[in-house]
Amino acid sequence: MEKQGLYLPEFERDNCGAGFICNLKGEKSNKIIHDALEILIKLEHRGAVSSDGKTGDGAGILIDIPHEFFVKNTTFDLPKPKEYAVGMVFLSQNENQLNFFKNCLETEIKNQGLAVLGWRKVPVNKTHLGTIAAKNEPAIEQIFIGKNRLPLTENQFNAKLFAARKIAEHAVENSKLSDRKKFYLPSLSTTTLIYKGLLIPEDIRNYYTDLSNPDLVTRLALVHQRFSTNTFPSWDLAQPFRYMCHNGEINTLRGNINRMKAREELMKSPIFGDDIKKLFPIILDGKSDSACMDMVVELLLMTDRTLPEVMMMMVPEAWEKDPAMIDEKKAFYEYNSCIMEPWDGPASIPFTDGNYIGALLDRNGLRPSRYTVTKDGNVVMSSETGVLDIKPENVVHHGRLEPGKMFLVDMNAGRIINDEEIKQKIVSEKPYRKWLNKNLLPLADIPYTGNDSPKEEIDLVARQKIFGYTIEEINTIITPMATGGKEAIGSMGNDTPLAVLSDEPQLLFNYFKQLFAQVTNPPLDGIREEIVTDFSLAIGGDRNIFDISDQQCKKLKIQNPVISNADIDKLKSFKHPDFKSVSISTLYDITKGLNGIEAALKDMVKQAYKAVSEGCNIVILSDRNVNEHYAPIPILLSCSYIGSQLSKMGQRSSFGIVIESAEPREPHHFATLFGYGASAINPYMINEIIRQQIEDEEIIGISAEKGIQNFNKAIAQGVLKIMNKIGISTLHSYRASQIFEILGLSSAFTEEYFPNTPSRIEGIGLYDIEKEIFLRHRSAFPPIKIEGTLPLNIGGDYRWRRNGERHMFNPTTVSKLQQAVRTNSYESYEVYAADINEQSKKLMTLRGMFEFNNLDPIPLEEVEPWTEIVKRFKTGAMSYGSISQEAHENLAIAMNRIGGKSNSGEGGENKNRFRKDLNGDSRNSAIKQVASGRFGVSTNYLTNAKEIQIKMAQGAKPGEGGQLPADKVLPWIAECRSSTPYVGLISPPPHHDIYSIEDLAQLIFDLKNANREARINVKLVSKVGVGTIAAGVAKAKADVILISGYDGGTGASPLTSLRHAGLPWELGIAEAQQTLVLNNLRNRVVLECDGQLKTGRDVAIACLLGAEEFGFATAPLVASGCIMMRKCHLNTCPVGIATQDPELRKNFKGTPEHVINFMYFVAKELRKIMASLGFRTINEMVGQSQKINVNKAIEHAKAKGLDLSPILYQPKTHKPLHNTESQNHELENVLDFDILRMGHPAIYRKEKMFLEFPIKNTDRTVGAIVSNELSKIYGDNGLPEDTLNLKFKGSAGQSFGAFATKGLTMQVDGNTNDYLGKSLSGAKLIIKKPDEATFASDENIIVGNVSLYGATNGEAYINGIAGERFCVRNSGAIAVVEGVGDHGCEYMTGGKVVVLGKTGRNFAAGMSGGIAYVYDEKQKFRNGLCNMEMVAFDPIFEADEKELKQLIKNHFKYTNSDLAYRILDDWENSFSNFVKVMPTEYKKALMRLEMENNIKTATV
Amino acid sequence: MGKVTGFKEFERKDETYISVKERILHYKEFTVPLKTDEVEKQGSRCMDCGIPFCQSACPLGNLIPDFNDMVHEKKWKNALEILHSTNNFPEFTGRLCPAPCEQACVLGIVNPPITIENLEKNIVEKGFENGWIVAHPPTARTGKKVAVVGSGPAGLAAAQQLNRAGHLVTVFERDDALGGLLRYGIPNFKLEKEIIDRRIAILEEEGIEFKTNIHVGVNYPVEKLDEFHAVVLCGGATLSRELPAKGAEIKGIVQAMTFLKQQNKRNAGIDIETEEIFATDKNVIVIGGGDTGSDCIGTSNRHGAKSVTNFEIMPKPPVNRCETTPWPFWPLKLKTSTSHEEGCDRNWLISTKEFIADEKGNLKALKTVQIEWVIKPGERPVLREIEGTEKIWPCELVLLAMGFTGPETTLSEQLGLKTDFRSNYQASETEFQTNVPHIFTAGDMRRGQSLIVWAISEGREAAKKVDEYLMGYSNLPTKGKGDLIGV
Repeated sequence: MEKQGLYLPEFERDNCGAGFICNLKGEKSNKIIHDALEILIKLEHRGAVSSDGKTGDGAGILIDIPHEFFVKNTTFDLPKPKEYAVGMVFLSQNENQLNFFKNCLETEIKNQGLAVLGWRKVPVNKTHLGTIAAKNEPAIEQIFIGKNRLPLTENQFNAKLFAARKIAEHAVENSKLSDRKKFYLPSLSTTTLIYKGLLIPEDIRNYYTDLSNPDLVTRLALVHQRFSTNTFPSWDLAQPFRYMCHNGEINTLRGNINRMKAREELMKSPIFGDDIKKLFPIILDGKSDSACMDMVVELLLMTDRTLPEVMMMMVPEAWEKDPAMIDEKKAFYEYNSCIMEPWDGPASIPFTDGNYIGALLDRNGLRPSRYTVTKDGNVVMSSETGVLDIKPENVVHHGRLEPGKMFLVDMNAGRIINDEEIKQKIVSEKPYRKWLNKNLLPLADIPYTGNDSPKEEIDLVARQKIFGYTIEEINTIITPMATGGKEAIGSMGNDTPLAVLSDEPQLLFNYFKQLFAQVTNPPLDGIREEIVTDFSLAIGGDRNIFDISDQQCKKLKIQNPVISNADIDKLKSFKHPDFKSVSISTLYDITKGLNGIEAALKDMVKQAYKAVSEGCNIVILSDRNVNEHYAPIPILLSCSYIGSQLSKMGQRSSFGIVIESAEPREPHHFATLFGYGASAINPYMINEIIRQQIEDEEIIGISAEKGIQNFNKAIAQGVLKIMNKIGISTLHSYRASQIFEILGLSSAFTEEYFPNTPSRIEGIGLYDIEKEIFLRHRSAFPPIKIEGTLPLNIGGDYRWRRNGERHMFNPTTVSKLQQAVRTNSYESYEVYAADINEQSKKLMTLRGMFEFNNLDPIPLEEVEPWTEIVKRFKTGAMSYGSISQEAHENLAIAMNRIGGKSNSGEGGENKNRFRKDLNGDSRNSAIKQVASGRFGVSTNYLTNAKEIQIKMAQGAKPGEGGQLPADKVLPWIAECRSSTPYVGLISPPPHHDIYSIEDLAQLIFDLKNANREARINVKLVSKVGVGTIAAGVAKAKADVILISGYDGGTGASPLTSLRHAGLPWELGIAEAQQTLVLNNLRNRVVLECDGQLKTGRDVAIACLLGAEEFGFATAPLVASGCIMMRKCHLNTCPVGIATQDPELRKNFKGTPEHVINFMYFVAKELRKIMASLGFRTINEMVGQSQKINVNKAIEHAKAKGLDLSPILYQPKTHKPLHNTESQNHELENVLDFDILRMGHPAIYRKEKMFLEFPIKNTDRTVGAIVSNELSKIYGDNGLPEDTLNLKFKGSAGQSFGAFATKGLTMQVDGNTNDYLGKSLSGAKLIIKKPDEATFASDENIIVGNVSLYGATNGEAYINGIAGERFCVRNSGAIAVVEGVGDHGCEYMTGGKVVVLGKTGRNFAAGMSGGIAYVYDEKQKFRNGLCNMEMVAFDPIFEADEKELKQLIKNHFKYTNSDLAYRILDDWENSFSNFVKVMPTEYKKALMRLEMENNIKTATV
Repeated sequence: MGKVTGFKEFERKDETYISVKERILHYKEFTVPLKTDEVEKQGSRCMDCGIPFCQSACPLGNLIPDFNDMVHEKKWKNALEILHSTNNFPEFTGRLCPAPCEQACVLGIVNPPITIENLEKNIVEKGFENGWIVAHPPTARTGKKVAVVGSGPAGLAAAQQLNRAGHLVTVFERDDALGGLLRYGIPNFKLEKEIIDRRIAILEEEGIEFKTNIHVGVNYPVEKLDEFHAVVLCGGATLSRELPAKGAEIKGIVQAMTFLKQQNKRNAGIDIETEEIFATDKNVIVIGGGDTGSDCIGTSNRHGAKSVTNFEIMPKPPVNRCETTPWPFWPLKLKTSTSHEEGCDRNWLISTKEFIADEKGNLKALKTVQIEWVIKPGERPVLREIEGTEKIWPCELVLLAMGFTGPETTLSEQLGLKTDFRSNYQASETEFQTNVPHIFTAGDMRRGQSLIVWAISEGREAAKKVDEYLMGYSNLPTKGKGDLIGV
């Protein structure tokens, strides 16, 4: 699909199910194909289907070339296997074009000296195609290519095939034929063959009739199905690709593509000779991330690297901070990091070249990959376990792929090679360490020889003015970083204008918005999971990627590329044969204005080109020495321009850019510079400011050096956080990745200076940018110095000030709104609304630029009454904890009275609020939020919801987690959150059960099971591509999709995060509406909008752009008395709203009437607008964007260049524009209904019962519906212990035991997939190795990843190893397990965990509560596997010992565990091997609670 | 910024006064300053609000949270720099401002507000004490000449700002001393005149030329103003309101300004050429319940009046803020000044009907009637006398303190300037330019009788406009938008 409106095709995303099966004994069979396809069918819930109900997002299978089959089924003679290649070719259905494509391919094959043996039409059965797939169906043929009697090795033959295909592809692409995009070769190989298409898994073999032919046999099969976020998939993007398939997302793609392009400049290879230039570009345009990756894998295989080596190079494990890794391996990774940046992002990558088949998991381990080896020689690997029926007694081993690890099968040797062995072989092939020692130079090792920088002639204050510094910025942004090494925290949302609408001169950085991960990939937690992050960079020229020699590592290594003035001096003065730097000034002649800046930019490029041609490999861009005549070009502009221009000139790969600038000061500024290619940044003015601050005693107690170091560290952490928001772990791959959207710059400008960065609504260009520089520059050089003025502007971005940036909530609007709601005065409301709405003169928002159009007035009485309208109104998600009980309940009562909905936020809710009050009011929040911390999420909580909201991101800080400090977790807060009082609570950045779209679909399914009557709402934050995400979420069966603006509020966030991530809702809601309508998905979902909605006009615009429900947060708070202190994070809210201080809470004066008055006023204003436009109901109004046009009367100079027409675009369609039907959640086949039926006596009469069921991986979320029914009857009490005993045999699907409540005992004899016991609410779970199985339980995986996530209560006994992130955010469950993967007990806040076997790395990261006992026989755990930041190893007291022993006894009783038996049998000895992991904060809290209890009892 | 929990830890503490018994014996200021560390504590009560309503309510746009923080941090010099950046004369506003900022202080919603005004006074007095406030003549001159007519707070502020921009400024004052109402309107016990003198000395040193005893349009022909490139009229709104009651011509009925000015001159040791008026041993009735009335009460008590009675035609306002004037707006509430505390009988809803003379034609008594206000929605309230409430009040001196009706017309007539419907000189609130392009006007002359803080604000803002008019641009500061609107 083409770009239209706000939809940009490049933001399509996909996630998937994948797997392979192979026979170690080399036995070929047709059954393998069917088994492999069976895997896909069993993973179907991980895929998605379009609105036609038939077209999948694509699926396929890779197999051995079936030689015998082809011998039988071709009309020409075939040489021996491997002596010929087979290509699967997609062609045009149009005969002329088809012939042209075939000719192109044949010509190039002949040019390579090879022979075309013949073509075979691939038989297909079209009856199974969906309409969308049929429309794009290619003609499919197979080509057979021989060596033409040339004496070629396998590699040489492959290289020729590669070259022929590449050149033919380029030839077709250049032909301009209408079907050129259809020409595609899924595979061309001497070993493997791929059948794929826009099909659902069942239909692959129906469509490709070959696959059902018993003659078609293979030793291996790799399968894949795609779940893309939207429904514009194409045949060629179905997977597998030629060497791999990929379940995940490459976040760094743009940077990887740019860097690959730059590398082409230097590529040389004897095998291709002159042909090499014809292969470029290596990465074709417009392909998916996986396709791009595959193309690079292919190329690297031509460089004499093996497939496993290539995979290690592109997706390295987290080696940087691993003390346990052997040096040889570290050296390999470090060496290769000089050649290739990681292709970073969550990824599970099955790969094969026909000889090896294997899979690799990214460093974070964010995708599940389970495998089973059977006694009859099969290896089955897939995203889930249990996808094939394998008898327990046939199992040799159940394993999982671990983060950063590889799993490989050598098909020819018929054996599995483990990670260590493969990698050991690869890393010892070359003397990498020796090479590094010789050539890689750490910057820290270069001696400092004194200051060489030219002295500044102009005083600091004048220069600060030129670079736009304010007093506020210095005091609230810079000083805290210099003092504490951390960013300052703030609260509430951003209500200042977008950069392009601001009257204040803006830094160029402010036009760039950070992209962030939501739904399709997870943000990372760079703080708790620091071991996977890396912030170092290497600078210097690149070399030919075909070379594997010591030359590659002639680079300069910088540990923190935010460097001091001394470091930049080193770079300038350092003499070394391998490194040569040049300093280029980025100043321009201010008197020459626009021409001056353009000329200077061109000149900079010339200088850089010349220097680089002469061998410079470090280009320093410097804005030092500004003066009255010379002003600085925005450093970001210079940086991007040099990079993109030199890339065009074919010189980008031979140098690194270093920035020496006074401009950057916030993490965002640094992030953009790195994002556009900088390799090191010296913020020299910050160094000066910190020195000055120390001299003026504004900063005391530290030296200037320390202050600068602190600042640089804080920036590094800030940038890391920005990287983590989009899911990138290393700066190396973030560099040049351009992960931003531009808001408010013209396309002419961006195409020239920031190519490939999306900018959708136009805006200002270089002329206006220069004007802003001019204004700042002029203010620095007044003809007469005016006495009695402050040296710098006071500021006003973070707090309102006259003369500062404008804020929508200002003295007038706050006071008028409060007056209006308190005195029930619509007149006062009108003053308030007018101030916010009348923006033609003081434009602050995009909606301010709109005016209503095509009026068609009707009488006001005909418009639906306000009482109907307010049912669509909601208040925002604000947790009890972030705001006081009084404020929280006030909102709930108000919204319940008018039939709207309030939102619990992420803090749970006290169960006494679920019942109505005596006066008829209800304090129960209609919407219950489920966020990443899962605080208070239990079956009872969910049962009492009308709507359940999954918070994927928060407008104020998308991609970031949150934190409730320990002293705010008062006993009554802790109760609602099911946590321990006085123990700090951390919400992780990602939901640990949503790493991809199919995971979200799973959580939606889980929650729908937990409460079938509640609507499931998915909250997204506006950003480019949110439309495609919304389409994916609609396909994942959300009932409501909320698009939040970037400017929403927060209780606490780093100040600078509030401003630079996310977009206004106008863009998001419009993009979502357009994309959903284009996909015919709009009717299935309700679209909601929030983010600084303040007036009826705001609501009207949101509605016309596509929203049908509306959320308000800040405004109802202001109506309740909030005066925008922006001190929510300090617990000092003087009006009793954002505080838990009992004294301050008394100050709360809000009433439900205040909130109701506000909602009434908004509805009243809205109704007037509806009447004037001619709409009787909201439903009529949704999406009617023709009623808006862009206000011609805009006075704002900068706003004139904006083009908002894409926001108003309406797809040409007759499909519904609003919600008309509900989603089909397909709950009817859920196992729970059988349990409900059969378990009636237990459920309704509390009779003890034992039931047995078979279970398979497609039986998902077992136990949730039963628990929901129990909660309806018994609240959170459930049933008495062990009332309903359920036994299952087989492999349980995902979320087994999710939300399971008290009285349920659920046992699985077999194994389970991910999310076992998610939000466990009191049940007992027993996962037991089948009796027939012969393997050892403590060496085999039995449950998947993220088990017991957010569990609040209950027990789990697990007779085997659990995957990664066991017991994340557990707050009350007790678990015994025989081994866990990485990040065990992360963020745990309560409960007890006993690990009887091995643990992975980073155990107990962020663990603030609960206790873990780890059986550490080999002392590995206590020596490096535990993250000691928040915990200590405590002695095990007698009471502990008793409890521990009891738990192990229980484990033995329930699972018959051999291991438990052995431990108990020799308790005296084994006891001494236990380590008790005790969070320090928890210990303190327990002591405090005990003391408080003592006081209580004493006073009683 | 600030001490996060300061407002919870410390209570509001303002300066106190020496006892009434002692203070009415003299005309000096009678406040008892707080200790420095107490003032610093008071600074720490500031909550550093996300929206500082105080700054919005302050007509000068004082950067209140910013200087509060500096006080808390004991960085007095920085505090002074911040304070001076918006306010030329904090020593006046720090003493005399009714402090709308404190009424808008967010802490005021739940607790007594920050002592903003007192902090201001402390900051500026520390500045003088430590010699931090010195003249800063401009680094260069533009060659443009500007005349400022009137040396009240508006004129002085305009003059200092214009001088800072490098223009040559001449200030004309018709009285014998500088300061306008500050000098002769406000009693010494509220503002000692040395406070004005020390500031004028600095202004002179900065290069401003002051000419006293020059009454433009009277003893100085307006044509002579032509030698200036621009003129700023800051003549105030000096026409006092008369009381049109029977017997108003009787001797002993005096305008407050006449009475107060005499005492101020007497304090300054200047001969009084007209007949001297004393309240000593008299029954004094002050008509008008505003600040001027209050000043008359204080002065009468210092004269040694037998009794002091105060009339106000409006109803007695509530003691606390009422619903019709919610926070952060200026509240209508009962104000009891230090002069009231010194002794007087206050009466509300009272109207004077007639003055009664004794046989010598001297005032002997006056007659009043109680009134009520009839309020109909959408109409202006109407005054109605209540029958049978007439009362005779014996008195020998009546001081009329009923406010000012507007500026004098001397200049407007001679310069051909338009006036508005309230007889103020016509110029917009943002431009300050009259219908004669090079003539600007500011302060009470433009906006009618108002506060000192407004006068300074107008002087500053007008100066920027004059500078723009003269140079085509201006680097002079402005308070920016954001004035708190009305109820």
